[in-house]
Amino acid sequence: MERNLTHIALFAALIAVLGLIPKIDLISGVPITAQSLGIMLCGTVLGAKRGFLAVVLFVALVAAGLPLLSGGRGGIGLFVGPSVGYLVGFPFAAFVAGLVVERWQVRVGTAAFAGAVLGGIVVLYAFGIPGMALTLGKSLPEAALLATPFLAGDLIKAVLAALITQAIAQARPGALLSRT
Amino acid sequence: MLTLTSPVRTWAHGVPAWVKLGALCVWTLALMQMEGLRLAAAAAMVVGVAASGGWGFFRHWVAMLRPLWPFGVLVVGWQIWLGDPWAAWPILARLGAAVGLANAVTMTTELADILALLTRLARPLARFGLKPQVLALSVALVIRFVPVMLLRYAQIAMAFNARSPRRAGWRILMPVLLATLDDADRVAEALRARGGAG
Repeated sequence: MERNLTHIALFAALIAVLGLIPKIDLISGVPITAQSLGIMLCGTVLGAKRGFLAVVLFVALVAAGLPLLSGGRGGIGLFVGPSVGYLVGFPFAAFVAGLVVERWQVRVGTAAFAGAVLGGIVVLYAFGIPGMALTLGKSLPEAALLATPFLAGDLIKAVLAALITQAIAQARPGALLSRT
Repeated sequence: MLTLTSPVRTWAHGVPAWVKLGALCVWTLALMQMEGLRLAAAAAMVVGVAASGGWGFFRHWVAMLRPLWPFGVLVVGWQIWLGDPWAAWPILARLGAAVGLANAVTMTTELADILALLTRLARPLARFGLKPQVLALSVALVIRFVPVMLLRYAQIAMAFNARSPRRAGWRILMPVLLATLDDADRVAEALRARGGAG
C-alpha cells in the first residue's frame, strides 16, 4: 500500500521533471518535450490503475497552479486553451498503456512499446485533436494536420519508454508494478 | 515554493476559491455562445478585471498569456490562407477571454485553497478506497519528489562529466530513475514505520 503510494507520487514527479528537459517549440505552439514519455512510463511501469492515478495526480497539481507543465506552465488557463484535450487525455493514455502491458503476456519491452503507441499516441491524439479543433475553431481533419508534426517524436518516445520499462524489469523487477 | 499565485495582493485574493472557479465555468460556457459586439465586450471585460489588480498584477497577467501567441499566429495565418482574415478574431477573442480569466483565477488563488477544494470534491471517491488523507499525503510526496529527482539528476550528471568529455543527456536517465525508485522504496518503509499511510 505505502509502496504503491510512493511509486505513484514518484512517477507523477517524473512527468514534471521530464518537462524540464530542453524542448523545441513547433509552429502549432504545443511544445515537443519528454513529458509524454513520462505519461507512457506511468502506464507501462505502474500498470493501468496506478498509472492512471499517477497522471491524475500530476494533472490535478497542474490545475491547482503548480508550474509543472513544460515551460513552467500551469493553472486552470490550460484547461480552456488548446492543450485541454491532451491534459484530459493524459490519464487515459497511461491507463491504456498499462492495460496492454498487464494483459499482453509477451516480452516486457514488446508489450511496453505496443502499450506506449496505443495509449501515448492513439488514445492521446484521440483526446488532443478534438480539443484543438474546439478551441481553435478548426475542423477535425485540420486539427489532425496540426498534430502530425509530433508523430515522429512520439514514436521515438514510445521506443524509449519500451527500453526503459525493459531495463527496469531487469534491474528492479519488483518495481515493475504492471507485471507483479 | 514556486507557484503561479501572484505576490501582488488584489481584491480577488479574498474571494473564496469555489466562487471564482464556479464563475469561471459559467463564463467559459457563456463565451461559447457569444458573437460580434457581445464577444468584444466580454474580452474587454476580462482585460478590465486584470487591470483592476493594478499595474504590476496586469503586467504579470499579460506575461502569462504569452504561451498563446503561436496559436494566434497560426489561426491568423490559416484564415489569411483561406482568404477570410476577419474570421480569426472571434476565435482569438474567445480563446483569450477564456484563458485570460482562468489565469486571473490561478493568479489570485492560493495553492492551499485550490488543493483544499480539490480534496473536498474528491471526497465521494473515499467510497472507492481513495481516502482524503492519502490524497493529501500523495500531493506532499510529489512536491518533495520533484526536487529529489532533480538533485539525483544533477549528482549523476556531475559524476558523468567528471569522467567523460561528452554531455550526460539521456544516457543517465536510467540510473537517475533507478536511484529515485530506491528513494521511493525508502520513503515507503518510513511510512510503514509510522504506522501506514492511511
